[in-house]
Amino acid sequence: MRVAVNAPPSDRLVDARQTLDAIGRDAWDDAQSVAALLAVDPYGLNGIAVRAAAGPVHDLWTKQFLALLPDKPPVRRLPLTASEDRLLGGLDLAATLTAGRPVAEKGVLADANDGVLIAAMGERMPAMAAAHVAAALDDGFVRLERDGLSRLDWARFAVLLFDESVEDHESPSALLLERLAFRLDLHAVSARAAHAFSWYAGQIEQARERLSHIVVPDEILSAMNMAALSVGAASIRVLKFCHDAARASAALAGRDETVDADAEIACRLVLGPRAMAPPHEETAEEAPSPDKESREETSPAGREEATENSSENDHDRTESDMPDEMMIEALAGAALANPLNSLQASKAGKGRISAAGKSGQLHKSRQKGRPIASRKGDPRRDGRLDILATLRAASPWQKLRADDGAKPDVQNARIRIRTEDFQVKQFKQQSESTVIFVVDASGSSAMNRMAEAKGAVERLLADCYARRDYVALIAFRGKTAELILPPTRSLVRARRQLAQLPGGGGTPLAAGIDAAFVLASAEKARGRTPYVVILSDGRGNIARNGEPGREAAETDALSAARRLGGDGGVVLFFDTSPRPNKRAQALSAAMGAQYQLLPFVDGGVVSKAVRRRMTQGGG
Amino acid sequence: MSAFPFSAIVGQDELKTALLIAAVDRHVGGVLAFGDRGTGKSTAIRALAALLPKLSVVKNCPYRCHPEDPRRLCEICAAAKKETLATQLEPSPVVDLPLGATEDRVVGALDLESALVKGEKRFEPGLLARAHRGFLYIDEVNLLDDHLVDVLLDVAASGENVVEREGLSVRHPAQFVLVGSGNPEEGELRPQLLDRFGLSADVRTPTVPKERIEIVRRRDDYERDPQGFIAKWRRKDNAVRKKVEQARQSLDAVETPDYVLEKATALCVALGTDGLRGELTLMRGARALCALEGKTVVSEDALRRIAPAAMRHRLRKDPLDETDASSRVARAVDELFGS
Repeated sequence: MRVAVNAPPSDRLVDARQTLDAIGRDAWDDAQSVAALLAVDPYGLNGIAVRAAAGPVHDLWTKQFLALLPDKPPVRRLPLTASEDRLLGGLDLAATLTAGRPVAEKGVLADANDGVLIAAMGERMPAMAAAHVAAALDDGFVRLERDGLSRLDWARFAVLLFDESVEDHESPSALLLERLAFRLDLHAVSARAAHAFSWYAGQIEQARERLSHIVVPDEILSAMNMAALSVGAASIRVLKFCHDAARASAALAGRDETVDADAEIACRLVLGPRAMAPPHEETAEEAPSPDKESREETSPAGREEATENSSENDHDRTESDMPDEMMIEALAGAALANPLNSLQASKAGKGRISAAGKSGQLHKSRQKGRPIASRKGDPRRDGRLDILATLRAASPWQKLRADDGAKPDVQNARIRIRTEDFQVKQFKQQSESTVIFVVDASGSSAMNRMAEAKGAVERLLADCYARRDYVALIAFRGKTAELILPPTRSLVRARRQLAQLPGGGGTPLAAGIDAAFVLASAEKARGRTPYVVILSDGRGNIARNGEPGREAAETDALSAARRLGGDGGVVLFFDTSPRPNKRAQALSAAMGAQYQLLPFVDGGVVSKAVRRRMTQGGG
Repeated sequence: MSAFPFSAIVGQDELKTALLIAAVDRHVGGVLAFGDRGTGKSTAIRALAALLPKLSVVKNCPYRCHPEDPRRLCEICAAAKKETLATQLEPSPVVDLPLGATEDRVVGALDLESALVKGEKRFEPGLLARAHRGFLYIDEVNLLDDHLVDVLLDVAASGENVVEREGLSVRHPAQFVLVGSGNPEEGELRPQLLDRFGLSADVRTPTVPKERIEIVRRRDDYERDPQGFIAKWRRKDNAVRKKVEQARQSLDAVETPDYVLEKATALCVALGTDGLRGELTLMRGARALCALEGKTVVSEDALRRIAPAAMRHRLRKDPLDETDASSRVARAVDELFGS
């Protein structure tokens, strides 16, 4: 029994996927189901991450989802630029000044209590805002310790997180995505296919009443668990979402117990978008794949321990616990057959950068630095007035000032503030930067070069001073450039993603430089300073259009280099040829780079040079 | 909001043990729970509050001064005669330091209300004062603002919070056990802060089907009826609390033989950790573990079991070494103690 369940599921899954693909699912149907399930259990399922471009489908879906909710709950939009004050709440300045005593004001999160929070452009939401929303989803309240206020506001809501990203390297915070049960891709729905929901609020209301009586039987929960593990979605939160979604589905269908069909819906909608590539392609390679571990757990040693606790007969236990194999297959198949799956899965992994397009999102920086302690100063000269700190500074003197013989109008003022009270906000300079490695992974020396580049990336990350810096890695080979490591400052993540490196093939140098330009622009838009580090011998042989040909390739590479250089970013060029080489020098000059000959790429040298350049500052 | 009961948490043994050790001996120096998302790190930490024995404090003292500890009294209690200090029992605090907390609320500041309304210059104690003699918990600790980290490091090292702002000059004792949780994928922790944590627990997503299902079932039961669920687990929670109380009392009587001390030193040398903190944590951790288990002499086995939690976050990161810290500690332990 055990062996059958744990056997490599690859073939089965592929079969199941093909059959279900053949049946075919309408993306809009799923969009409706997801909306209805969330409407039934908004605070259990937490929300939906919706991939959609602004447009009629997006609007229609949102409007209909909100119409499903009984009792017109509050709907709040989370502005992208919301400060922590607005998000969490703080001191209401106008009211405080009028009343002459501190008056608190609720933030957007607390305002959305018992309702819906809509975050547009979720892919650009600052990490801090995402962390606050995530904390509120976990706790159901906002704990405020700001501006002299200490309070707790209820904040239970469902989130619609709209991801309008065009580029693959932008995606909403993982912290937040993990906490939303569903992901939905409306790109797959044409405006023609979108029509009115077949659900209405009355049905949702009835389903809600039924919800608390519904039982999810053990074998169904077990089967969903196996399905989750087999598609590589191991987090316990995901399993809880499957449980809650199956229950909501039963409630909608008017049942008191979840049945196979509910589990299938839950798995398709919750697991589908989270499913990694079919196991035989990728998961088998990953170090501790959940599959493998669970197999180890049932190995003799693990079993011994388990029987010690349960004292049950070993055989009985395994058999009664193990869900029907057919059902696991069906569920895993359902997950993989999700029509939204293919799009999302590619996004979950490493993204491919289009070499041609401009980022198109060269907005001004949203991060002006984080406020730190205020100090005495003149707001006209030194920056923004910190009203709270100013009030604090003025308050001890109020009695005294009331008594001194000032003009009558000053006498009548509720609070007397003098210039010496003024406190100005100090902002910590955002000194975040992103080091973008662009590595030539073509030809015979590819593996060696990549290994060294990897060493340099890890060295930079491991360096404790680098903790405010992001590191990214683009490799180019064959016909395109690939973003192997999206900007990260996590050593753990870097290690994992760098584990499997491609190598060999042609040298699409232009594509590599273009990719660096796109990423550098995106990083600038996020308020970080990009540093591009190129490791190459400067000999491209694949042009921008993907065609081989040295001449065209070099022209393209030069023009790409000029574009990158023209942008004013800091570029370091490490020439990996055996001796100084004209082409590499010309390229380096075109991008205004700092040139260094480095026949034997050494992670330590590269890391040191980058570090030195960064301490000199940008420009 | 009543927290999920500690004893109802499935698995996560390393984290639970680390928290109990910190509850028994606060000098172990804090716990860091680092690991996968959605593994109930914060659930375990918030559950701890229900297990902590009550504190004897000076009545009406805003800082919960310890009546028996003359070196660590706040200014008011120090000025009063010792005999006149009335005492009372209070629950041990587990204070959340939420992300987005501002410095004035963390260290304390001028009370604006009484200043504006009554014209009084009064100090409004902050979270550090509230956490005195208890636990200070920071979720997503790697997202904490740098300048708050500095404040925490400073106060944690001196055990005293000194406030000089807005014309106030206040100092009060602030000794707390720092507990942090986070996911390494959100970013690394500053080494100085990392070093402040005595124990670190490696939290992994459980993979045993039975455990996973039990977790979801209990979570669901709790969400449907929190009060009923807590009542159901009260007896088990009480038993754990009793264990912590007994361990606290017997802690001083637990003996540490010299050869165990030598092993601890040898382990630190083998792992190449700097400073004394590693050795101290090993010793204190092993002692508290033995106290929890009702033993009177620290065994090599206890040292061995506490080693991963006490050492893994102190190893210097070597970018060329692919093995993770836990297995490096395990290797050193095996070499030293024999596998």
